[in-house]
Amino acid sequence: MNPVLHLNTNEWLDMFQHFASLSLLAVGGAITTAPDMHRYLVDDMHWLSDTQFTSSIALAQAAPGPNILFVALMGWNVGLNAGAGLGGGWMSAALGGAGLLVAMLGIMLPSSVLTYTATRWAHQHRQNIGIRAFKAGMAPTVIALLLATAWLLTAAHDQPGRDWPLYALTIVATVLVWRSKIHMLWLIGGGALLGALGWI
Amino acid sequence: MPSMPEQEALNQPRSKTDLFISFTLLALQGFGGVLAVIQRELVDKKRWMTREQFVEEWAVAQVMPGPNVVNLSLMIGGRYFGLPGALAGVAGMLAAPLVVVLLLALAFGTVSDAAWAQGALRGMGAVSAGLIAGTGIKLIVALQANPMRMPACIALAALSFVGVALLRLPLAWVLLAVGLLGMGWAWRQLARQAARGDRA
Repeated sequence: MNPVLHLNTNEWLDMFQHFASLSLLAVGGAITTAPDMHRYLVDDMHWLSDTQFTSSIALAQAAPGPNILFVALMGWNVGLNAGAGLGGGWMSAALGGAGLLVAMLGIMLPSSVLTYTATRWAHQHRQNIGIRAFKAGMAPTVIALLLATAWLLTAAHDQPGRDWPLYALTIVATVLVWRSKIHMLWLIGGGALLGALGWI
Repeated sequence: MPSMPEQEALNQPRSKTDLFISFTLLALQGFGGVLAVIQRELVDKKRWMTREQFVEEWAVAQVMPGPNVVNLSLMIGGRYFGLPGALAGVAGMLAAPLVVVLLLALAFGTVSDAAWAQGALRGMGAVSAGLIAGTGIKLIVALQANPMRMPACIALAALSFVGVALLRLPLAWVLLAVGLLGMGWAWRQLARQAARGDRA
């Protein structure tokens, strides 16, 4: 267990500021700024252990919902460390909640304000040729990004001899989503079951 | 899109509550990313927007800084109900998954090392790669309405895929370089279309 942290108001503010500055840099999703979060939270400030950092990301990926929630978990863990860990009772939980709020508001507020204002403006000028060219010109790239994401997730398993059942499962899921109307939860549940039984 | 031919009538969220609940349900189904679920539910099932509109909105959400699914819910909510709608959309996307992820974090310590839990995560990861790939393939159809025409779209998509998936270039570079190229080409095509329209 980590030693109990003592965070003062300035340090909470510093954390807010750090996440807020990353918010505007997070083009292509907050996960692209994870290396910098690691430098700040783990290496420089020692507010999180390495394990807490990686398990925050892994858990948020496994859980339903937007992956941005890994930031919420990091804030929660910083707060818990500032209390007395999970054994600290309500005081720890309150600090965890505070950490969660500070981190999430920081990472979301600047980018959301910018996105909201910019897209309102763009919508009002949607007949403008520049706006139309922007949307049309970007469309192929964002579709390719989906395929690239799937590729990167698959390529993370790089031992064909052992991992071929995973590749096969990915291909089956691809075809089912593309050609059928089967509910996605069945596919996810099926994958979890096959994995839990040790078949893939 | 100018004078969008509304081939098929689109639906709309009935209220901010409808928006909130719809987004909560979407988010809770989204394992390993919510985008695939958003496409299927909002476009294929609820028919709030066409595939072409979805790709355009998402292109913007992707280019703006910040978590792209959060950006997308801000934009969709804001389109129908202004700022309150945007807040309802984002709240729906985050509130319930946040509770789930915290509960998972509390439970995590006890099962994380079990082989079945690791296996289930592997299986779910492989399926979610497939969900993302299948969604990408489905959206390629949306490019048929693109003013750049299919061959140019495929070329831009291929460039983006190579940059991100194979060369592993930073996403921001690829968005900037290929995006600008696409935007320039789309601009030229739109200007030509407009000129032809004037002459006719």
